[in-house]
Amino acid sequence: MSAASRVRITDTTLRDGSHAVAHRFTEEQVRRVSAALDAAGVDVIEVSHGDGLAGSSFNYGFSAVSDIRLIEVARSAVERARIAALLLPGLGTVRDLREAAAAGATYLRIATHSTEADVSIQHFQAARALGLETAGFLMLSHRTGPAELARQARIMADAGCQCVYVVDSAGALLPDGVRARVEALAAELGGDAEVGFHGHMNLGLGVANSIVAVEAGARRIDGTLRALGAGAGNTPTEVLIAALDALGVRTGVDLPAILDAAQDVLAPLVPTVPLLDRDAIIQGRYGVYNSFLLHARRAAERYGVPAHEILRRVGEAGYVGGQEDMIIDVAIRLAAEREEPVAVSA
Amino acid sequence: MREAAATRRPTAAIVGPGNIGTDLLVKLRRRDVFDVRYMVGVDPESDGLARARRLGVEASAGGVDWLLAQDELPDVVFEATSARAHQANARRYEEAGIRAIDLTPAAIGPFVSPAVNLDVHRESPNINMITCGGQATIPIVHAISRVTPVRYAEIVASISSRSAGPGTRANIDEFTETTASAIESVGGAERGKAIIILNPVEPPLVMRDTVFAAVGPDIDRDAIAESVQRAVATVQEYVPGYRLKADPQFDDPSPDWGGSGRVAVFLEVTGNGDYLPEWAGNLDIMTAAANRAAELLAAAGPVGLRVEEVSA
Repeated sequence: MSAASRVRITDTTLRDGSHAVAHRFTEEQVRRVSAALDAAGVDVIEVSHGDGLAGSSFNYGFSAVSDIRLIEVARSAVERARIAALLLPGLGTVRDLREAAAAGATYLRIATHSTEADVSIQHFQAARALGLETAGFLMLSHRTGPAELARQARIMADAGCQCVYVVDSAGALLPDGVRARVEALAAELGGDAEVGFHGHMNLGLGVANSIVAVEAGARRIDGTLRALGAGAGNTPTEVLIAALDALGVRTGVDLPAILDAAQDVLAPLVPTVPLLDRDAIIQGRYGVYNSFLLHARRAAERYGVPAHEILRRVGEAGYVGGQEDMIIDVAIRLAAEREEPVAVSA
Repeated sequence: MREAAATRRPTAAIVGPGNIGTDLLVKLRRRDVFDVRYMVGVDPESDGLARARRLGVEASAGGVDWLLAQDELPDVVFEATSARAHQANARRYEEAGIRAIDLTPAAIGPFVSPAVNLDVHRESPNINMITCGGQATIPIVHAISRVTPVRYAEIVASISSRSAGPGTRANIDEFTETTASAIESVGGAERGKAIIILNPVEPPLVMRDTVFAAVGPDIDRDAIAESVQRAVATVQEYVPGYRLKADPQFDDPSPDWGGSGRVAVFLEVTGNGDYLPEWAGNLDIMTAAANRAAELLAAAGPVGLRVEEVSA
């Protein structure tokens, strides 16, 4: 990349990381993490329920504190950083994004499955009309080839999206797949919108894939402190900053300060660290949406079937982000299959 | 006039010759309760109008102006256009004394689920069919709330990407907001929430719907399960592909749920394959519910109650 370009870092510990704590972040945690990220020079801090605004629900888990309140808390804790909120059309609405803007979010990220960009048009238009900066998330990008993904990115850009992300929601993409997708989006969007990359660690590639993305033209990269996030966790922000620093890529983030944020601020507040264990690796290998992990473990316990079997079955069925209810459905069926020999009519 | 209406077959028009309108046409003709006289659109090149003509139905691209200029007006009109079009048309139908069954999200008339509340809206000149997810889930919310108070009900509808038309995509908020509102007003939940997911997987996914209801700690599980089974049987009378995927699931009260317990009901809606493929259960349940509502109204009394008769 050219020496003049700079990569903007979005830290989503307080959004994607919310999955790892079952959406139970407290005001105090949000205040302290936001302040530490801001002090380190992170450009954007995303704060929302893990599934975006209005995600608090039976299907995704109820928030301990409403995401609108947490946005207010984060906004008042920072001096420089922008506060972003995530919205998934079909769950969050224009009304929710207005509330987030009123609470202090100045940046809205809108996520759809990687083939369904057109459901986001009304939300991009509303966000831009409110003067918000915007980004689009094409989730489970590994399922969609570069050409089609670029076509979807064009739909978002035409609706007012200023940066389209290749989102590796399952941590399933290999470096070549990241490069091909980022290049395809950069070629399609030209100067109309930037390209971003959001990685996960299921195959151990979050940082490596982020570097490939930057080389291929991505200008916004996501991470979370200590990889706190859904499933195997996200690209760890502090590792990403160290690697980009070694590469000579400017991010505006101070390395010692982001290491402090991870180790001295987040670790004592949230001891949870995502593990690259059997369930998480299965997710990466079969391309299963990372947020499904804790739901699968809960259903596994409730119905006495292994979580990794649920995840594999969910992957085979091709369920997409948002279909957490189908995890319970699969668990019920797996339990019934195990009992089949002694099954009696209900 | 009333006697004449009772002895002849009620007549119908479909406005909007798209997928929904065409599926409705096939259903209405198969049921043979209504004499479908007109199919109305605005595009002379419309496949739907050509298809209707091939089936022997008078079809015109002259829009509602053409329809209202006919010597013989229909007793009932099925609106399968868009919310905006229905907002413009609704008053004209009412003034012409034509009862409107609205399949758009315009929500000018009261929300109706034929399995739940049609009887209270028998006199309404205009009824609204809510949404596909609403038709699939509100009978279940109601089945639970008639047994025990439902503090909160949430529904998740998953549909095949191929069955989500441009109208749904352009205004997906309409789905979530309309459905949530009807979960409360028709389903009887204190608070409602709706979620819709589009899934592009091939072969296309059959429509799935999940209902989660927050209930108190002391509930009669057997009574709820029985009530849900009864509601499923009622919907099956007009949507044969509507079924429970598992018995209702009961979870104990949890602090994560504000001390509420939870009932979860997993549903699948396979379409009848009338015009749309079987996986498009979301579209089938809309046309089937509209057809059912119209038939019940026709059976209950004269269709197309004229405005002056209502006010008299």
